[in-house]
Amino acid sequence: MTPQRKKRLALVALIVMGVGVSAALALSAFRENMLFFFSPSQILAGEAPTGHAIRIGGLVSKGSVQRQPGSLKVRFEVTDTVKSIPVVYSGILPDLFREGQGIVALGRLGNDGVFTADEVLAKHNEKYMPPEVKQAIATAQGGGTMRQHPGGRIE
Amino acid sequence: MIPELGHFALVLALCLALVQGTVPMFGAAWGIPGWMALARPAAWAQSLFILMAFVCLVTAFIQNDFSVSYVAQNSNSALPVMYRISAVWGAHEGSLLLWATILAVWMSAVALFSRSLPDETIARVLGVMGLVSVGFLLFMLLTSNPFERLMPAAMDGRDLNPLLQDPGLVVHPPMLYTGYVGFSVAFAFAIAALLGGRLDSAWARWSRPWTIVAWSFLTVGIALGSWWSYYELGWGGWWFWDPVENASFMPWLVGTALIHSLAVTEKRGAFRSWTVLLAVFAFSLSLLGTFLVRSGVLTSVHAFANDPKRGVFILAFLGAVVGSSLVLYAWRAPKVVGSGNFQLYSRESLLLVNNVLLVVAMASILTGTIYPLALDALNLGKISAGPPYFNIVFVPIMVPLVLLIGIGPATRWKQDSPWQVLRRLRFAVLVSILAGFAYPLLMGSYSLAVGAAMAIALWIWLTTLMDMRAKAAHKTSLWAGLRALPRSYYGMVLAHTGVGIFIVGVTLVTAYGVEEDVRMAVGDSHEVGGYSFRFDGVKEGEGPNYTASTGTLHVSKNGKEVTVLRPEKRVYWVQRMPMTEAAIHPGLLRDLYAALGERLPDGAWSVRIYYKPFVRWIWLGALFMAFGGVLAASDRRYRVMAKRASARAPAITGGGATSAPAR
Repeated sequence: MTPQRKKRLALVALIVMGVGVSAALALSAFRENMLFFFSPSQILAGEAPTGHAIRIGGLVSKGSVQRQPGSLKVRFEVTDTVKSIPVVYSGILPDLFREGQGIVALGRLGNDGVFTADEVLAKHNEKYMPPEVKQAIATAQGGGTMRQHPGGRIE
Repeated sequence: MIPELGHFALVLALCLALVQGTVPMFGAAWGIPGWMALARPAAWAQSLFILMAFVCLVTAFIQNDFSVSYVAQNSNSALPVMYRISAVWGAHEGSLLLWATILAVWMSAVALFSRSLPDETIARVLGVMGLVSVGFLLFMLLTSNPFERLMPAAMDGRDLNPLLQDPGLVVHPPMLYTGYVGFSVAFAFAIAALLGGRLDSAWARWSRPWTIVAWSFLTVGIALGSWWSYYELGWGGWWFWDPVENASFMPWLVGTALIHSLAVTEKRGAFRSWTVLLAVFAFSLSLLGTFLVRSGVLTSVHAFANDPKRGVFILAFLGAVVGSSLVLYAWRAPKVVGSGNFQLYSRESLLLVNNVLLVVAMASILTGTIYPLALDALNLGKISAGPPYFNIVFVPIMVPLVLLIGIGPATRWKQDSPWQVLRRLRFAVLVSILAGFAYPLLMGSYSLAVGAAMAIALWIWLTTLMDMRAKAAHKTSLWAGLRALPRSYYGMVLAHTGVGIFIVGVTLVTAYGVEEDVRMAVGDSHEVGGYSFRFDGVKEGEGPNYTASTGTLHVSKNGKEVTVLRPEKRVYWVQRMPMTEAAIHPGLLRDLYAALGERLPDGAWSVRIYYKPFVRWIWLGALFMAFGGVLAASDRRYRVMAKRASARAPAITGGGATSAPAR
């Protein structure tokens, strides 16, 4: 092997190593920070992990929004028209948040079955329904034809 | 009548694009001068008709012609004229027309400023651009005709999405698209070089200024989008890792790699085939960006249009572009590759590392953006990758990259010694580490991350200054030396300085920014970041096409009044959509930001109050980068080269073309 080739080989090895490290980094970060989506029916069926960041979605139940006087704490229920779960949130709700509107919330499920939201998203269009919510409602109404996938992923 | 005229102009443009995409290409292949000479007139005529179509659509919007379906869906008679014009690119069909129009402008510019190029090259470059244009015009005419009539005509329009009724959104899409489409020039040059079998320094020098200008536009476009989301979405964030943002950021990363690798190809003749690949990918990612944003495959705040059928066309188009260029590459590249000779430690190697890091960063973002979509499409569950994923992956890849900014320019081409370089830069190493890590001491709470980031920013600035001094040292005086440095060098200096400015902005606003959501009744005061905000209630009022609740917040510091913030909550009449308009008191060192939440049952309001130190530096840094790009592209040697090339015989094929440029 000529010195020139040796050097080139070293360069290539260095780059391959770098790419490998960053790929490993990316994959592990991906596994840890992947956000799964669950519907209220799935959560009540015990399919969602507690204490992990997840996303939930559904319609805000009519008449369920309660505010705590003197603070920004709010409690409401999210439903897929069959089952519903309680959500608590502290902060400013999005412009389009209202009862009957489809929302997606990001947060953690507590052991008491209450979902604590860090972020509540309502889409910037009243006619628009988040696709996750649409599917969750269709599945819930369709009589629980949810399939469990290998690896615990839920459809 | 006008919409039909616009439609007809599009059809004519398509015919001309077909001619432009075929005849000059065959002319170049078979050596028929008459056929090649057709490229320029065809490009001009095509551009003229596309411009005409664009003007027709703008006219339909200004005249409130609600018999045109697209106008009826995206405009309203109560809409101010400025937003009627920007509504042209407020949705899918018009965005495509804007795309085609900008392509026409780039095409005319190439036809105009390429007098010095060999006929064969210009025939191929314009030919490739003509084919790209064919794709977009066909797409528009077959699936998304902006001139389609509505029978019967609507009484009034459904209005532009209120989020888009904003000056920032008037200029953001044209800037971004100018960047996206500009990469088509780099792409066309690369394909032309592959077809002609002449991947040499001359090719790199021709395509370099075009690529840098496109990159500068893209930089400004992304910065504008970030600025818009900061003040318009009402959360005060400047980057959300939203798929739409990622869609514009990926071509930017590859574009950045491309302008660096073009530098190596021009000066040293190395990395030729790699440069070609980058040009192909930068343009493909631009197409992907257009596709992701406008086809509605994404579920994000930006996906206003929803029609997956169109997605299939762009996907096929994308497949054709990437597929055919890769096949061409596989066929031609082995013949033209000739690598420059360089040692393990040299500027070439460092630029190669720069390229690898940028491409890896792009790939990690692509994974986080596309993987959830793919899983969803295959019915394997609904997941999403949030900002934590992108931050964890992206930041560690960027750290070595920005450290290289200091080392790269100080390293010689071909061969250097890392110890020598380190010795030359020892002053910068010492000062940046000491001062950088000392900085958070001044801020009260110590943070190692802030110290490291500040050290990196200082490192970039100091090494840049030292490099300028070293490069200017050969002349009689420092001043004479600095004056003798070419514009392209100062372009690099500005752009790299901008990276440092950007890092400072991101670091300080993330570490020391304060964000509070508070409940405020009339007369309540709240302290944020050393400023006292007093809430004086909310008044109702009216704008041109909305009703507004305007809050008043008196801001004072140490008893002295600083400003009065008037955040608004608007309800637009047509779409009955509530919108938050934040009030911002900008400053070079800090922004004060207030947004109204909602009226609580007890009559108080929820109010969002932010203190954002150095947030402007984020966009200031981007402006430095973009301006640096423009400066570099205006370098004298590209103009001199243009004159000289006309007199020169055809360039050398294949290896050996390692001659340095004139300067």
